[in-house]
Amino acid sequence: MPNYTLWISARKDSGSAWFLGALAAIAVIVPVLNLAVPAASPFHVSAFGLTLVGKYLCYALLALSVDLIWGYCGILSLGHAAFFSLGGYAIGMYLMRQIGSRGVYGNPELPDFMVFLNYKSLPWFWHGFNHFAFALLMMIVVPAVLAFAFGWFAFRSRVTGVYLSIITQALTYALMLAFFRNDMGFGGNNGFTDFKDILGFDLHSDKVRVTLLVFTAVVLGASYLACRAIVASRAGRVMRAIRDAESRARFLGYRVESFKLWIFVFSAVLAGIAGALYVPQIGIINPSEFSPINSIEVVIWVAVGGRGTLYGAAAGALLVNYAKTYFTSTIPEAWYYALGTLFVLVTLFLPRGIVGLVTGRARKRKTATRPAVPAETPEPSRK
Amino acid sequence: MKKSVRSAGARLLFLALLLAGLSIARLHAQSPSDASFLASLGQLREVSFPDKETIIAQLAQSGHPSAQSALTALLEDRLYFRNDDQMVFLLKAPAADDATSLTLVDPVTLKDAGSAPVENLTKIGTNNHLRRVLQTTLARFRLSSPDAAVRLGAVHDIEQNLDEGNVKLLRERVAAETDSKVKAEISTSLAMADLDSPDAPVRLAAIAVLHKSLRQDVLNKLSGVAGTSDGGEGDSDPQVRAAAQSAVKSITRWRTMYSWCETLFFGLSLGSVLVLIAIGLAITFGVMGVINMAHGELMMLGAYTTYLVQVAMPNHGEISILVAIPAAFLVAALMGILIERTVIRFLYGRPLETLLATFGVSLILQQLVRSIFTALNRSVNTPNWMSGTLQVNDALSVTYNRLYIVIFTLLVFAALFVVLKRTRVGLEIRAVSQNRAMARAMGIRSEWVDALTFGLGSGIAGVAGVALSQLTNVNPNLGQSYIIDSFMVVVFGGVGNLWGAMVGGMSMGVVNQLLEPYAGAVLAKIFVLIVLILFIQTRPRGLFPPTGRSSENQ
Repeated sequence: MPNYTLWISARKDSGSAWFLGALAAIAVIVPVLNLAVPAASPFHVSAFGLTLVGKYLCYALLALSVDLIWGYCGILSLGHAAFFSLGGYAIGMYLMRQIGSRGVYGNPELPDFMVFLNYKSLPWFWHGFNHFAFALLMMIVVPAVLAFAFGWFAFRSRVTGVYLSIITQALTYALMLAFFRNDMGFGGNNGFTDFKDILGFDLHSDKVRVTLLVFTAVVLGASYLACRAIVASRAGRVMRAIRDAESRARFLGYRVESFKLWIFVFSAVLAGIAGALYVPQIGIINPSEFSPINSIEVVIWVAVGGRGTLYGAAAGALLVNYAKTYFTSTIPEAWYYALGTLFVLVTLFLPRGIVGLVTGRARKRKTATRPAVPAETPEPSRK
Repeated sequence: MKKSVRSAGARLLFLALLLAGLSIARLHAQSPSDASFLASLGQLREVSFPDKETIIAQLAQSGHPSAQSALTALLEDRLYFRNDDQMVFLLKAPAADDATSLTLVDPVTLKDAGSAPVENLTKIGTNNHLRRVLQTTLARFRLSSPDAAVRLGAVHDIEQNLDEGNVKLLRERVAAETDSKVKAEISTSLAMADLDSPDAPVRLAAIAVLHKSLRQDVLNKLSGVAGTSDGGEGDSDPQVRAAAQSAVKSITRWRTMYSWCETLFFGLSLGSVLVLIAIGLAITFGVMGVINMAHGELMMLGAYTTYLVQVAMPNHGEISILVAIPAAFLVAALMGILIERTVIRFLYGRPLETLLATFGVSLILQQLVRSIFTALNRSVNTPNWMSGTLQVNDALSVTYNRLYIVIFTLLVFAALFVVLKRTRVGLEIRAVSQNRAMARAMGIRSEWVDALTFGLGSGIAGVAGVALSQLTNVNPNLGQSYIIDSFMVVVFGGVGNLWGAMVGGMSMGVVNQLLEPYAGAVLAKIFVLIVLILFIQTRPRGLFPPTGRSSENQ
């Protein structure tokens, strides 16, 4: 089907344009509404609103990273919250060191929780985190190394499908348990909070919040373009081949493990960056971020938006999280019913998500004569 | 053989008669008048604590039939005197904080003697030292009880205070004792006392007796004699010291062995919970290729069913759990069939989507339970026959609830095995799981089998919930805390293999339990996870991989 790829890339590009346009609009309008519009005006966006939008954008980046491996390579990771949290912890360690002697105990060297837990000196893995550049490096290196080690073992032994999902879930679960321990040196169940400033700028001022928000939007846009470049490249086509028929791709001579490993590591790094952007804006990171349910929620954002489209994943993240904010503030009990129902309905009736719904309609109208694109190649077969 | 039994029986009878005779003789010959008994009791009102001790000793030796009751009452803070006439009474029950009037019992006749307002009564107090004295004194009474268990308890109490009088009492008793357990206990206590003897051969003999003991206090004392405990010089006699050292070594070795046994048992009991959960998963995951993320919630439903059954039959606490087992099976199985019919059957062949959809179902079920029962912990009572511990020996004890859970798991496993291998339904389930198309061609209604299989797996989850309700509190998050572990078991054991689930679950439980003392619970879990990831390197399909045609499509 020579027309197929052409058609798909054309359609993708219109989606990309919409997505990048919306992102740019958010990055411009929200800061203006916060800084330029007086607080009394109904159009004013409060600091809380800024944080909320920033949070959504971080989640969109996380959803992007999950869609890259799930939508294009068929790797359903139920442990991406682990990479997200590790990135967050890396930047959190820098922010903790920045507090310095302004902490409750006034210790210039040790963060408050260490003084509280009777640490005599800084643990070895905390050294270097007083440098911003080092923290940035770690926010990329730590998730990447973990993803590499995990992926190397998992993909080499051809752990696929649900097995892989379960193991990734166990990974984030184990990390959650580990980070809950006080003697890990990461603040136990309280995690890190009470941050003061970043690179010398006060984290609580609106200007810094706006800067972070704009920066997040820029990173999200850049990551989106990078993902687009990857999936449009030759490697991206191999990834889709692996997704649809792994064995066939292997028999054609492609090194399936390597493709999977590198895309998994790249995705983990994206998730780490999302976490690192999330922590300074939200102002807290604790081990509950690792909890398996967070990872599964990310998958549902992607599924709601439409897997295998990238922009759909990001849109799904924004949509579901907006719904979450709405539900948990008005009828908190209903949120889990809504989320659970969403899981069921989307998997049953919307296998291609909202994007599939929209483009499916458009396609029907425009190209009634064109042979339908296979909606979803089913998994090879059931026993 | 027969002869020795008969002679032992005869000796027993003779001893019993002798004892009975003795005690009756003592009662009648030495019994002072009730007046002097009352006078002694009366003295307790005003004298100092040291004097009370003398009076207690007097009362104990008086042999008055009511002395034991009076002393027990004193120990339990139930001995009072009436302010207006200074008469001493026992209370029928310990005084509640808010009681206004208390029921009295006559100290001599032990019959009800009306009641009196609280203001008119004064308690006869004790202190810690007196309570200890009272405990040993009362233990002497119990030492002649006809019930061997009571006598054993009495020996334990007397041991706490091995003074000359008590040692003498025990020596008298050991000759008359017929129960081997009580006798051994007394011998141990006497040997403990003998260790302090100035006579070296006596000490040696004592060590020879203690050699077989497993008790911690014996070990401590022997360590002191052996000079192995920190800073201690040990016994002056080198021979005694050497004997003690070898005894310490032997006791330590046995104790270590038994503590390994205990760890093993704990591991097995922990593992059997995992097995119970994992065999349910193994059926749905292995036979149907369906990942059921709501499995943990079906288990939670089982636990709540147990709770509801208990609430529904408050007067039958002992058997409510037996009713709960089939009830939980039914509830969970019906819910499972409902899930299968409404959600899963549309998603066959798409395992990742099934995983997500069932996760959604699990969220709904959790919230449903939270809405109905609130998020508070509900506790399910443990029936009496399941509580308590089975004391195998001094170094090894096993709690009954864990023991029953191990047995229960084996029963469920066996039942499931029989169903799958020996019944028509089981045959159909296996046929569909091996080759769906062929099974259908043979006339098996595969849709019906699917629903039934899912119901069976879910029902077992419900039954696992009954077991869990005995171990932890019942709350809406119950399922989540075990589900990841049990998925690990399934991955480790091999999909769809009951034996895999069994071996996998048990070994995960034991390994966790073995590592825990060294690494802590969390690190042990992490370690197990890492080992598992490495393990599937070499055996990607678990311990018992599917073989033959069915393995091709996985």
